Amino acid sequence: MKVSLSWLKAYVPLVDDVAQLAQKLTMVGLEVDTIEDRFEYLDTVQVARVEVVAPHPNADKLTCCKLSTGDIQADVICGAPNVAAGQLVPLALPGTILPDGREIRAATIRGVASGGMICSRAELELGSDHSGIWVLPDDLPLGAPLAAALDLSDHVLDIDLTPNRPDCLSMVGVAREIAAFSDQPLTLPDTGAEGDGEAIQDKTTVTIEDPDLCPRYAARLIENVTVGPSPEWLQERLRSVGQRPINNIVDITNFVMLEMGQPLHAFDFDHLAGQRIVVRRARPGEVFVSLDNKERRLDGEMLMICDGDKPVAIGGVMGGLNSEVENTTRNILLESACFNPVSIRKTAKALGLHTEASHRFERGVDPDGTLAALDRAARLIAELGRGQLVAGTIDAHPGAQPVSPIALSIAATNRLLGTDLDGSDISRLLAAIGIETETGAPGEDRITATPPSFRVDLTQPEDIMEEVARTWGYDRIPTRMPHIAAGSARQNPLRQTKLYLRQLMTGQGFTETVNYSFIRADAADALQLAADDTRRRGVKILNPISEDQGVMRTSLVPGLLETLGRNLARQVKSLKCFEIGKVFTDCGPDMQPQEEEMLAGLWTGDRTETAWHGKPVPCDFYDIKGTVESLTQALRIGPVEYQAPSADAAPYLRAGAAAAVMADGQTIGFLGALAPAVTTRFNLKQQVFVFELAVARLHAVIPAGITARPIPKFPSVARDITLIIPHVLAAEAVCQHIRNSGEALVENVRIFDVFEGSPIPSGKKSLSVRVTYRSSEATLEDEAVNTIHQRISAQLLEVFQAQLPT
Amino acid sequence: MIQAIRQIEAEAQTALASARNEKDIEAVAIRFLGRKGALTGFLRNIAQLPPEERAAAGKQANEAKKSLEAAVKQAKKNLSGKDRPENDTPIDISLPGRRATPGHTHPISQITQEICSILERMGFSVAEGPEVETDYYNFEALNVPKYHPARDMQDTFYISDNIVLRTQTSPMQIRVMEKQSPPVAVIAPGKVFRCDSDLTHTPMFHQVEGLLVDENVSFADLKGTLTAFVHEMFDSDTSLRFRPSFFPFTEPSAEVDILCVMCRGAGCRVCGQSGWLEILGSGMVHPNVFRSVGYDTARYTGFAFGMGVERIAMLKYGIDDIRKFFNNDMRFLRQF
Repeated sequence: MKVSLSWLKAYVPLVDDVAQLAQKLTMVGLEVDTIEDRFEYLDTVQVARVEVVAPHPNADKLTCCKLSTGDIQADVICGAPNVAAGQLVPLALPGTILPDGREIRAATIRGVASGGMICSRAELELGSDHSGIWVLPDDLPLGAPLAAALDLSDHVLDIDLTPNRPDCLSMVGVAREIAAFSDQPLTLPDTGAEGDGEAIQDKTTVTIEDPDLCPRYAARLIENVTVGPSPEWLQERLRSVGQRPINNIVDITNFVMLEMGQPLHAFDFDHLAGQRIVVRRARPGEVFVSLDNKERRLDGEMLMICDGDKPVAIGGVMGGLNSEVENTTRNILLESACFNPVSIRKTAKALGLHTEASHRFERGVDPDGTLAALDRAARLIAELGRGQLVAGTIDAHPGAQPVSPIALSIAATNRLLGTDLDGSDISRLLAAIGIETETGAPGEDRITATPPSFRVDLTQPEDIMEEVARTWGYDRIPTRMPHIAAGSARQNPLRQTKLYLRQLMTGQGFTETVNYSFIRADAADALQLAADDTRRRGVKILNPISEDQGVMRTSLVPGLLETLGRNLARQVKSLKCFEIGKVFTDCGPDMQPQEEEMLAGLWTGDRTETAWHGKPVPCDFYDIKGTVESLTQALRIGPVEYQAPSADAAPYLRAGAAAAVMADGQTIGFLGALAPAVTTRFNLKQQVFVFELAVARLHAVIPAGITARPIPKFPSVARDITLIIPHVLAAEAVCQHIRNSGEALVENVRIFDVFEGSPIPSGKKSLSVRVTYRSSEATLEDEAVNTIHQRISAQLLEVFQAQLPT
Repeated sequence: MIQAIRQIEAEAQTALASARNEKDIEAVAIRFLGRKGALTGFLRNIAQLPPEERAAAGKQANEAKKSLEAAVKQAKKNLSGKDRPENDTPIDISLPGRRATPGHTHPISQITQEICSILERMGFSVAEGPEVETDYYNFEALNVPKYHPARDMQDTFYISDNIVLRTQTSPMQIRVMEKQSPPVAVIAPGKVFRCDSDLTHTPMFHQVEGLLVDENVSFADLKGTLTAFVHEMFDSDTSLRFRPSFFPFTEPSAEVDILCVMCRGAGCRVCGQSGWLEILGSGMVHPNVFRSVGYDTARYTGFAFGMGVERIAMLKYGIDDIRKFFNNDMRFLRQF
């Protein structure tokens, strides 16, 4: 909502400067977003004298003028017929930006240099005259900036109004607030409007068929008007808040709406079939052409203003082309009505039509302000359009609702606000903003408040308490700490796990990223997901910002890959990053999706930072696996198994270099090398390793507590064995066999070397394992250990058809 | 003869005493005890001595050998760490060490955690909930019926007529109160979504919601809690102002501004010349919200607040473009 100080002054004396005023408005809840100096663009427009006017050598209609501002001499090419030596004129110097957006530059016009522009009133938006340059009064000081010379000063405040304050969608509404906080009198516009002759009731009728959507419809008639430009004062008012004048009739309806907050509509009375108004719901499918010349298909819930046989306006939203006021219009039916806010909003939404009128009706206009605005506008139309105001008013008012008083407990008010106000304090505060109060008997904990009709937002006791707080001043309410019972705060274990995971990941050198929760719809294709993969059940957004952000993610991997792509483009070659965030699986129409929190990590490029003490080594599968192993180890989860994923479980990973992470019989997630086709699909030109784990499933397998085991009293004995086994045999199978061999003294099994290549035959690998033996009862004898170790070795040779190295 | 042995022994002891490191000691040992060493040579020559001298000399020489060996051993033992041979030559201590380069926590996580831990210390519990919400939790139960103009305050992403990406963390107020009777002291951090994208808006951002419900919770308690929060989050001398505003689910409602951290109120680009920065929305829980969860509005009052994590992070870290948080440029993230 834009308000100009020049306009506001008509209703309330402004005792503060603009900055103070803006601050005070903000502090009563009318937040001032911007303060604009309306005439700032006139700073480089100066009063100049035309000294010489000579014909342009190359153009008949142009003249070459020499001007002086006293300090500045300027040669200016002018095309105006009325320029003459000796005149004082407004000279726009290069750099000036005119209200229409044109910037004045030094230029060469038909071969002659021109250093500025002599302006017309219209070009400076200080009037409508565009017939020639503006010849200024002779007594203006030469060289003065035009705004100063003409004593022009105005500021426009842009107020970011909250939806609960429709009463401030008007100059009078804002002035009322200013009057209240600055203790100044409010002057309301003159709304007297007596008509002449035959009464309106004899000339037209208003029928409200749907009073639920239109509780009140008032109308007046003005005859024999002349449509034409508005007078200067009216144009100036509209321009001061950024509105363009159109013609006197339209300007008056806009002016009164901006002034008093009541939207109005003027019909060409002669275009109303049957010379009457019928307010009813549209017939479903009915087509209507609105003022903006667009065809609108109507539904049966939209309220239409109709004449004897057809709709002529979308009630409270926009008029129709068929009854528009034109230059030839003679007789005007002026409408001032009240509409159901929800109905207006539905209609405006359905039609995609948000207007000044619908904006106000949606929020609620003053139900008692209907006639005042109608009279104000009717009288102005009669005056400025030189027409006759017909006697009387039609006021169809089937839905009159008396304002109901609100009972308020003083104690409850103080309890809510933390104040210590008494009944008279409250009455005084409320009176300042027009809320009448009645206090009960002395000592009675009760005040009855009756809000003014324009405060449609005040219906409950808390609404009134808020007004008390607002007028008392939030800054005067004490500041104290609440009492929260000690020990009432609860731990959130899952959240603790997430915090710990974050530390574990950063501790392992991974940097946290946050990617958008919505991704491109074809990400599922890019990951090569099978047709029946649940990760294809993405939740689609009906109104995405772009196609790239059309679907809620079902995996964190695409986001990490996009992040990688962006960083590769910025010369980052090695990257370790991770994300903790939710993925979403569709659960059917009109259902909330299933949300699951995931932890995903990505590693590409070198294993370590380039340094002097070692050559860079590219990271590989065992780095990403090691990351997950470290995580689960730190979380004390065990045992964790790594198995080849079942078919289609992780199609974005390279078959043969992918693992499902299993704990407690559950799949926790996947890890491995990104499949080459996926790498290509994301335009990545290097090997990438990723993992993705379900946080809640990980959290679920963390052991609840720790029970300490005794530290071994007796030393351990280690024995190694090296086997030549088939390449395809999993090393873990050998280890597991040893662990499960039934030998009670086996304490630990550890692989310490794997080798392939000469002299090992192809298709085979050599695997070296160290077995640690320990007894909890005695120091082991070498002999005994050797016997067990040989027994195990013999078994391995047999079970795995292994050979010993030669 | 014995004299000669004593002579050798003394020489050896002197040499040992001046030995500064293991190498020196080893040299001494070789010189006297080695195969060609002085004492060894002496022992070898004992056989050629006259028989009457042989026994005494042998004894003497053996004793000397033993005592020298012991002295060598002792000397080696005496070498302290600083004189160990491998540390003898200086190394270039200016070369960088072998680092386990740590990763970086995202600034949003850091600020979220900072906000939560301040409020947790005051006694608030942390709750988390769905990011895709029903219209009921995101709007209706929060006193924003369908077709209420307050819906214009937030541009909503729709999944269907009834399912939305939550536009605020406030639905957690309802979810928590539905499950728990007063007193309630809870905060809810999380992602929120609005259909808006420019220099100062991203379609996804983060909020922390707060809710305190009990008997006799007042606006004064709200002011106290948020003042204490701001003083911990920013500076203990940060000025605040509470300014009337409107949120459908609170009444009275207040925007909380802090004195601009950049210009200290003088007016700058960051605060739009106003000297103040809006950082929080807050207010007393609207009775309609209590009604929607079945709380007794006569008995209980409460306050709620919500803050934008990005906004606070931008102010604390001097970040000028909100989109940087989601570009995940390592040059940005590695600063945190």
